[in-house]
Amino acid sequence: MTRRALVTVLLVLAVVALFAVPLLLDGGNSEYGGTDAAVAAELEADGHSAWFEPLFRPAGEVESGLFALQAALGGGVLGYVLGRLRGRRPARDGDTNP
Amino acid sequence: MHIAEGFLPVGHAVGWTVVAAPFVVHGARAVVKEVRENPESTLLLGAAGAFTFVLSAIKLPSVTGSSSHPTGTGPGAILFRPPVMALLGTVVLLFQALLLAHGGLTTLGANAFAFAVVGPWVGYGACRLVRALGAGLLPAVFAGVALADLATYVTTSFQLALAFPDAESGLAGALLKFLGVFAVTQIPLAVGEGLLGILLFRALTANARPELERLGVLRPAPLAPDGGPA
Repeated sequence: MTRRALVTVLLVLAVVALFAVPLLLDGGNSEYGGTDAAVAAELEADGHSAWFEPLFRPAGEVESGLFALQAALGGGVLGYVLGRLRGRRPARDGDTNP
Repeated sequence: MHIAEGFLPVGHAVGWTVVAAPFVVHGARAVVKEVRENPESTLLLGAAGAFTFVLSAIKLPSVTGSSSHPTGTGPGAILFRPPVMALLGTVVLLFQALLLAHGGLTTLGANAFAFAVVGPWVGYGACRLVRALGAGLLPAVFAGVALADLATYVTTSFQLALAFPDAESGLAGALLKFLGVFAVTQIPLAVGEGLLGILLFRALTANARPELERLGVLRPAPLAPDGGPA
């Protein structure tokens, strides 16, 4: 493994560890509710209420599907661009390293 | 950082929309100008938009026992300067407001100001500052991407404190309260996003060097010894 590839792997592991370790240490004690929702709940508890409702509110699991769709669109386009940029390289300098 | 639909008082909702709108219009013109003058930028513009699209969709756990999402606006601001992200970030927020009931139309102005204006400018500024202090591109990218994320949440806390000052402790007390919810949770996420920014820019410096040089992100190398990355 080249030094460059090793650094890439370590960076990816660091990102995974950054989010996995708190989850493991926590041992299922926390709810991991979203901060956005926490603030909205806090405002409602203080007597503030929304004066306008979302035009469309996805029901149940549809919401998680739409979030997944958003991530998939972003990930797909990002992968396409990086793949195209990477694909230019062998033709330019003969580098065939993966 | 999404203030939920309908929660901001009407005056604040209108005010933030008026504040954010010129940035978004200017951003739209910056995107059109970039694509028209440098069609080869389209790919990287797509990457910048895609990065914020994917990162703002993913909710991640934090040490505080809450979860939150990164913003992904830093790389685009570093590559193309912040105005471009004013448009791309607002498109993301609009998608989430219309399809996911996340954020909202009445809070779009405030959310866009935090997510698509302040975040990108802080990230861009931090990146420039770190480079001016003599650091290389990747440490500067880490600082820029992480601070773009954090600054967005600090701005949201400030907007909420302005709209809902505490009955006893006033603006400062409310600011501390909202920062307590948002900012602390966000710190590990910002670090993680900074690391992802490093990964992205490592891939770009290896594969898109001509584009980065044209955009002024990398200085043109007078001699490339072997054409390969260090």
